[in-house]
Amino acid sequence: MKFVDEYRDPAAARQILGHITELAKDGHYKFMEVCGGHTHTIYKHGIENVLPETVELVHGPGCPVCVIPMGRVDDAIAVAETPGVIFTSFGDMMRVPGGNGNLLEAKARGADVRMVYSPLDALRIAIANPDKKVVFFAVGFETTAPSTAVTVMKAMEKGVTNFSLFCNHVTIVPPLKAILDSPDLRLNGFLGPGHVSTVIGNRPYRFVPAQYGLPLVTAGFEPLDILQSILMLLRQIDEGRCEVENQYTRAVPEHGNPKALEILAEVFELRPHFEWRGLGFISQSALKLREKYAAWDAELLYEVPGVRVADPKACQCGEVLKGVIKPWECKVFGTACTPETPIGTCMVSSEGACAAYYNYGRFTKHQTVAVELGRSKAPAPV
Amino acid sequence: MCLGIPGQVVEIIDPADHRATVDVDGVRREVNVGLVMGDAGGIKVGDWVLIHVGFAMTKIDEEEAASTLEFIKQLGSVYDDEIRDFSAEAPL
Ligand code: SF4
Repeated sequence: MKFVDEYRDPAAARQILGHITELAKDGHYKFMEVCGGHTHTIYKHGIENVLPETVELVHGPGCPVCVIPMGRVDDAIAVAETPGVIFTSFGDMMRVPGGNGNLLEAKARGADVRMVYSPLDALRIAIANPDKKVVFFAVGFETTAPSTAVTVMKAMEKGVTNFSLFCNHVTIVPPLKAILDSPDLRLNGFLGPGHVSTVIGNRPYRFVPAQYGLPLVTAGFEPLDILQSILMLLRQIDEGRCEVENQYTRAVPEHGNPKALEILAEVFELRPHFEWRGLGFISQSALKLREKYAAWDAELLYEVPGVRVADPKACQCGEVLKGVIKPWECKVFGTACTPETPIGTCMVSSEGACAAYYNYGRFTKHQTVAVELGRSKAPAPV
Repeated sequence: MCLGIPGQVVEIIDPADHRATVDVDGVRREVNVGLVMGDAGGIKVGDWVLIHVGFAMTKIDEEEAASTLEFIKQLGSVYDDEIRDFSAEAPL
C-alpha cells in the first residue's frame, strides 16, 4: 500500500469488502469510529452503504469542537466582551452556540474577536498590540494541545505578559471509558483515532482490550484504511484475539511523539473534572495550565460566569456523540438545525457527524465504494 | 481544524527557534518544527511533515504526503478551508 492509487483501488476495496462480508456473516458487529475525520471519510465515500448489514458503524466523541459545552462558550464570550481584550479563536469555534449566542454575534456587537489559524498567530497579535490583552480560545485533543503548550512556553520565554489561554483542551481516553461504562451502547470494537495517536501513540488504548475485552485498531483516513481497519477488527474477533493494533503505521509511531508528550506534561495538568457536551462531567478528562503558568491562565485573569447551561431541549448532540442515535434520527436534523443555523455543535464543525452527514447525505444504498473510488482516481504518484 | 495537512520543508529559518517555511501544495507559510526536531534524522529541507494548527506534528514519507493531500483535496470544502486558514496572515 505504497502509492496513492492503491489507497483507492476499487478492486482492493471489493476484495476487502468480500472478506468483511464473509467474516461478519454470522453476527452483528457495532464498531465506533472515535475520530471526526473518520466520520467524514465514511459519509463522503458512502462506506456505510457498502458494508454488509451485519456491520454497523457508530460515530464517537472525537470532534473537539462538538464536545465543548454551552457554558464554556458563554465564558468565552464574557472574556471576549471584556474591554481591552482581543479574543482569538480557531474558525470552527466561532459559530458554536452558547446559551448567549456565539462568538460571531459577540463580534457583531463590537467585541474584538479574531480568527486565527495557529495559537502562535494569537501570540503574534499580542506582541503587535502591547496595549491590548490577547486571549486564545484553546480547544482540541492531544493533537492540538502540544501546539498550545509550546505557545505558552514561548510567551513565558519572551516575557509576553498580555497573552493568555482560555484552556479547553480535552483528553481522548476518559470519554472512551465513559462510553464503555454507559449502558446505552453495546460495542464490539473501536476504530482508534489517527492524529491524536501521532502524539499519544497506541499504548494509552490498552485498557480497551485489557479492561473491556474489546479490540481497537488505530485507523488512517483513506477509505481503504477504514475498510482495512474494520477487517482487522473482525479478524481479531474471529481468531479470538483482543488487542490494540495499528493500521495507520504510516503516520502513527507506536510510542507517539515523546517530545510533544514531554511538553504537555511540562505545561498542563489534569482538571479534577470537566463537562463534555452530551456526556456530562467526566473526571480527569481535561487539561489546565500548571501553577507555574498561572500568569497566562485566562480563567484566573478574567471574570467568567462559569455556569453550567443545559443544552436546548431539541438538541440530541449528546446521543449523537455517544453513538446512540444517527444524525438523521435527531428531530431537528436538516430542518431547524442546518450548518447555516446550527442548534447543536455536531452541525457546526465540518468534523461533526451531523455536518458530515448533512453535506454528504446524498449517497444511496446502491452506490458502491468501488464506483466512488473509481470516479475519484488519483493522479500517478510523483 | 482537526485534519493534518502534509507539507514539505523548503527552508529552515531559525533552527534554535524551531522556525521553518513549509510548502503545502504551492502555498508557503512559516510553521513551528520543534515537535519533530527530535525525530530520527532531525528536520531538514526536503522533509515531509503533517501540519496541524501551524505545527509540524509528525514526519511522513513522500508517498504518504502525496496520498494524504490527494485525499484531503477530495473532501472539497475541507481542503479549501484548510488552505485558506493555512495561507492567512495573522490578523495583527
Ligand atoms: S441535528 Fe443539530 S441538534 Fe440534532 S444532534 Fe445534530 S447538531 Fe445536535
